[in-house]
Amino acid sequence: MFRSNVLVCGGTGCTSSNSEAIIEKLHEEINAKGLEKEVNVVRTGCFGLCALGPIMIVYPEGAFYSMVKPEDIPEIVEEHLLKGRLVKRLLYKETVVDDSTTKSLNQTAFYEKQMRIALRNCGVINPEVIDEYIALDGYQAIGKILTEKISPEQVIQTMLDSGLRGRGGAGFPTGMKWKFAAANAADQKYVCCNADEGDPGAFMDRSILEGDPHSVIEAMTIAGYAIGATQGYIYIRAEYPIAVKRLQIAINQAREYGLLGKNIFDSGFDFDLELRLGAGAFVCGEETALMTSIEGKRGEPRCRPPFPAVKGLFQKPTVLNNVETYANIPQIFLHGAEWFRSIGTEKSAGTKVFALGGKINNTGLVEVPMGTTLRTVVEEIGGGIPGDHYFKAAQTGGPSGGCIPASLIDTPIDYDSLLAIGSMMGSGGLIVMDETTCMVDIAKFFLEFTVDESCGKCTPCRVGTKRLLEILDKITSGKGTLEDIDKLEELCYYIKENSLCGLGQTAPNPVLSTLKFFRDEYIAHVTEHRCPAGACKALTNYVVIADKCKGCTLCARNCPVGAISGTVKQPHVIDTNKCIKCGVCMDKCKFNAIEKR
Amino acid sequence: MQKRISTLPFTDTPEQHQKLLDVIERLKGQKGAVMPALQEAQDIYGYLPIEVQKEIARGLDVSLEEVYGVSTFYSQFSLTPKGKYHISICLGTACYVKGADKVLDRLIAKLGIQAEECTADGKFSLTACRCIGACGLAPVLTVNDDVYGRLAPEDVDTILAKYE
Repeated sequence: MFRSNVLVCGGTGCTSSNSEAIIEKLHEEINAKGLEKEVNVVRTGCFGLCALGPIMIVYPEGAFYSMVKPEDIPEIVEEHLLKGRLVKRLLYKETVVDDSTTKSLNQTAFYEKQMRIALRNCGVINPEVIDEYIALDGYQAIGKILTEKISPEQVIQTMLDSGLRGRGGAGFPTGMKWKFAAANAADQKYVCCNADEGDPGAFMDRSILEGDPHSVIEAMTIAGYAIGATQGYIYIRAEYPIAVKRLQIAINQAREYGLLGKNIFDSGFDFDLELRLGAGAFVCGEETALMTSIEGKRGEPRCRPPFPAVKGLFQKPTVLNNVETYANIPQIFLHGAEWFRSIGTEKSAGTKVFALGGKINNTGLVEVPMGTTLRTVVEEIGGGIPGDHYFKAAQTGGPSGGCIPASLIDTPIDYDSLLAIGSMMGSGGLIVMDETTCMVDIAKFFLEFTVDESCGKCTPCRVGTKRLLEILDKITSGKGTLEDIDKLEELCYYIKENSLCGLGQTAPNPVLSTLKFFRDEYIAHVTEHRCPAGACKALTNYVVIADKCKGCTLCARNCPVGAISGTVKQPHVIDTNKCIKCGVCMDKCKFNAIEKR
Repeated sequence: MQKRISTLPFTDTPEQHQKLLDVIERLKGQKGAVMPALQEAQDIYGYLPIEVQKEIARGLDVSLEEVYGVSTFYSQFSLTPKGKYHISICLGTACYVKGADKVLDRLIAKLGIQAEECTADGKFSLTACRCIGACGLAPVLTVNDDVYGRLAPEDVDTILAKYE
């Protein structure tokens, strides 16, 4: 029995900020003090508050240390673990009430409004130990279904009653998918998991797989039982090495415990899982493309129908769900469909995980009930915008989604409300932008992405997105005309209506939604040759204000291309022909003598 | 995506070649073997020169067109060699909004190469990658396995200096 448990975040965010070194140092110091039988160090999944990484939490006190460095460890071990005194300077300031009291992490602004269903075990258990998952009711749902002989029809009915909709973006009712696949008789069926999280700036699925891989395995087994499949595949990005490793460990452990393989729970039901690594293609998030890729080919989508429920992987009936969707399922069977339905809104039951990023204080992973307003997420949970800047827009749904402007910040976040304003739920990336972000430039950024990632199979997407990008390029370099804006809009609708798969059909969304809410910015680029946000390089110049310049030479010394000249104590000059507009001079100047025009 | 194709001469050691033949032997006859074969070949050579793709096509008894189709389809497969220090700058949305493009500009100016290229001395290669998932640390770049986060353009100089 350990008297203290030290949980250190081992998610990708904290690992990148060196949490491995902290774990190593902890073991070293704990051993040196002879505490190895009293203090347990656990490497967990993501806590969510990535902005403060590396993160560790010490129980039973629940002391939450943030931005810990390896050199802080001796003090934490000596003071806290040995003498029982909290190291106040490292505590997350939100948890400190006054000198002698701290409050629980769950009462801080970041966590208070959250409700964790899909993320319930992330940052709580060691994902590499199956017993920890089992101790928190893991594998109880599949156990109950198989031992109490609940019929596949009843399982599907529970899914339908729960109102769970696909968390990958489109929001198709999960129970319906299962029902269709179950209805098609075949000698072999498959269950697949889409873990090819392609939206740049989204990392919900990765965090679930890193923090709680067994919940996905359990849910896929339930899906297999419901539709009559004995084999499953998890298609995961090769760029997620930690998730791949933990998932493989989890599958091996589940096999060892008889929770995967032949005759699970002595019920006669067989189910096994295999991993398939993706090689970086955004289109493979589309269901038919994903299945083609599992077959080892170029991941190109194909026409539907036939839908995967009829002819999917290897031409057999297949159910494909996203990681987050699966992570909800064991909880639905443990607490009942009614319970799940009671959370969220009428048409969007349950919670949604978002990866908060961009210009926001608390970047990280949050899970909120559906219907929570964007304001709550940005201002309360996210802690607002850093610096003196203000909220301009939030982007949801990545390259397939759109933006939500400040005027609509009170929009409840659910599938239908977001669609109604021209955005979409998407997989859960939520990028916050302030007034220094140019909306035309952001639309161009996403189009560059889709042009790169278009598989090339159908013309509207392959050629259309390229033409969109060319027009956007023209506009952001100040050469656009008002007709270009109309052409842009017309082309968007054409691509939406005529593309083969979801990638093309949604690719124009970033353009359409910025046109809808920020048309004046497009017009300013065209008619005034001006970028209101000061972000488009071709339309901005850096200029030294001679009155303010003290001739300190700091800017000239930092300019990477030697575009700044001048003698000491004399005002300097920027050669606009040489300038690459990187902005370093402006950041470096101590006298605010450099301006963007 | 348009792939850059290496114009540098291909060098192959007998050990590397044997490893490649072993991989092909193991995967031969399996369903959907092209992707794993390319993944393993890239681990051996660091990239996928056309000579290696031809060997895979021959060994797995599929057309070169099919192999080349797969290798050019997925962004993880590289047709250009990597430098001793491979710099990968994240241009995911979170990083972009926080100014990753300016960090990339600085890298291009400092190294004198474009993204997806390698310096002539083989020391540095540069790639602009999609999200690595460390959005909390945006903007982020990696040099081999080292991660550098919360970057400003001028940090590039100190980072590069470490590897000079």
